[in-house]
Amino acid sequence: MELMPMVLYAGVLLQLILAGVAAAILFERKVIGYMQLRTGPNRHGPWGILQTVADVLKLLIKEDIIPHAADRKVFVLAPIIAFVPSFAILATVSWSENLYAADLNIGVLYFIGLSSVTTLGVLMGGWSSNNKYALLGSMRGVAQMISYEIPLVLSIVGVVILVGSLNLRDIVFFQESIGLWLFIPQFLGFVVYMISAIAELNRSPFDLPEAESELVSGYHTEYSGFRMAFFMLAEYVYAIAISALATTIFFGGWLGPDFLPGEFWFLLKMCFFMFVWFWLRATLPRARVDHLMNFGWKVLIPLALLNIVITSIIKVWMG
Amino acid sequence: MTTHTEEMTLNMGPQHPSTHGVFRLKVTVRGETITSAEPIIGYLHRGSEKLAEGLAYSQFIPYTDRLDYMNAMTNNYIYCASVEELMGLEIPERAEYLRILTMELNRVASHLLWWGTFMLDMGAISPFLYAFRDRDHILDRLNEISGARMTFNYMRIGGVKWDAPEGWIDRVKETVELIRENIHDYDTLVTGNEIFQARSKGVGYISKENAVNWGLSGPALRASGVKFDIRKDEPYSIYDRFDFDIPTREEGDVFARYKVRIAEIYESLKIVEQACEQIPDEGEIIHKKGKRLMMIKPPEGEVYKRAEASKGEIGVYLVSNKKKEPYRVKLRRPSFVNVEILEELLIGQPIANLVAIFGSLDVVLGEVDA
Repeated sequence: MELMPMVLYAGVLLQLILAGVAAAILFERKVIGYMQLRTGPNRHGPWGILQTVADVLKLLIKEDIIPHAADRKVFVLAPIIAFVPSFAILATVSWSENLYAADLNIGVLYFIGLSSVTTLGVLMGGWSSNNKYALLGSMRGVAQMISYEIPLVLSIVGVVILVGSLNLRDIVFFQESIGLWLFIPQFLGFVVYMISAIAELNRSPFDLPEAESELVSGYHTEYSGFRMAFFMLAEYVYAIAISALATTIFFGGWLGPDFLPGEFWFLLKMCFFMFVWFWLRATLPRARVDHLMNFGWKVLIPLALLNIVITSIIKVWMG
Repeated sequence: MTTHTEEMTLNMGPQHPSTHGVFRLKVTVRGETITSAEPIIGYLHRGSEKLAEGLAYSQFIPYTDRLDYMNAMTNNYIYCASVEELMGLEIPERAEYLRILTMELNRVASHLLWWGTFMLDMGAISPFLYAFRDRDHILDRLNEISGARMTFNYMRIGGVKWDAPEGWIDRVKETVELIRENIHDYDTLVTGNEIFQARSKGVGYISKENAVNWGLSGPALRASGVKFDIRKDEPYSIYDRFDFDIPTREEGDVFARYKVRIAEIYESLKIVEQACEQIPDEGEIIHKKGKRLMMIKPPEGEVYKRAEASKGEIGVYLVSNKKKEPYRVKLRRPSFVNVEILEELLIGQPIANLVAIFGSLDVVLGEVDA
């Protein structure tokens, strides 16, 4: 792509993603609301669709507070560092056969590599706040995100071995050619991916870095106003990105019956993943930090490795 | 470069989402392990005991509502019962049944609220809303009979304030049915959950001896294997007429305390059902001496009465010198006694266990500080 269309695409995508985040937050609140026998937001606009807009507006016009004891530069930089990579990884997502920004042949690597930079934002935010809860929250967050990054990557390796390419579009074309979505042959990998994705996203039941009942609000305790909004935004954009990755590599990307365009199927599958995360949040209590580590290192990583071994054997055996 | 580690002092509360009120806990942590914990109380101190000395006997009843505001009926009851004992009053039959009904319903409401907030501490958000919905059915019933949802001021010295409105007993029966069904659902939603069990089993262990030595009472004591319930061991009011069990567990951990409370809800519902069947259709609801509220003057003497509240043993020590006001009122509040063991339980635990252990003791700050 030329430079101009690229910038244009990024601009449009940013707007769409922001709208998507607003929709996702509303979706989450509605889903959890109905699961908890209440209706969720319903005051602003029909079906409460303007609720998120009102919330964002409120966050934007709030006073920008930087604690006196905070490390100012790091404090200001942290939300940006958390947000930028979560948005940048969306560049490789191929929304349909024709709609995509970058056809990288190391798409998976780019996706995983860049997304781990978000961890840095969490660490910076927690450290610079000069608040004990924030520090504990960010330490937990970093430990958790690093531990779960490993099974997340390993779970994708199985797919990469099968397909023989790191290109996200090639992975979808491969699923089209065998006529099977990869979550069936790669079921073990899929399960490991889903669990570690939840931990990566810091979502319930692995929402330890912001464990409300213990750490008040975790690493962003001291943040308010639009800086806080950036952290929230990063979290949701990252959730969208991880859903998009799951859709691409395990659920056949844009593939689906022909009567509707590929974008639609892609979004539908993405919404399904988002729904699963909201569903879990409404159902499960929070895991404890040491259990979480044990589970990651002693269960998920061996499982992911087992998956790689099995996949390799099949690959060699099938030729 | 040399590195060194430092212990960090962490102040939890008095404004913290999971201290359930204005409780402050000064914790020192090494990493995430607690090395010392010091509970600091008194932020809600209102001097209830001293206030009683300047008030007529019946004027102190509303103050007892504000001790353990989750379980105000039992507080009402135990204060009234102690004055009655001093005066030697005979309580009308129907009033006794209304007292039992409201007290047991209130116990269920209190345990439901505990269940919801405890699960919220554990990071599960839905149980909180389910619990509040069901608790509201009970509060509606109590509202119908007493005119208030939390601070009932329903009991009177010698009986109760008002008779049950028409159809109230039938509505109570329906509520009992509804809650029994729902509790079963909640039990299946939460109790078997792997994450929940991993977090609660073996955590916050209190041995039998320790529980007795610290003077624990209520579910916290029974979860350590001591079968002691004042309703059974020293029956007050008309508890000897009902058939119910005292649930106990041997494990003494957070999970045991959870199971004991859930089992107690079922037992309380059983009592309510039996009371609904046995209650006389009509009759006096207050002794004639109790009707003249400001004229109550018990004879000289002193008395200690105790009852089983949802948190444990609540007791009132009352001294009268034949005046309109009591000479001295001493309140034994179960939360105040139960919270003392906290320091011992917390040392050596990770921070994540702190809220689970604290939540499992079911402490209400209105009662700790009086």
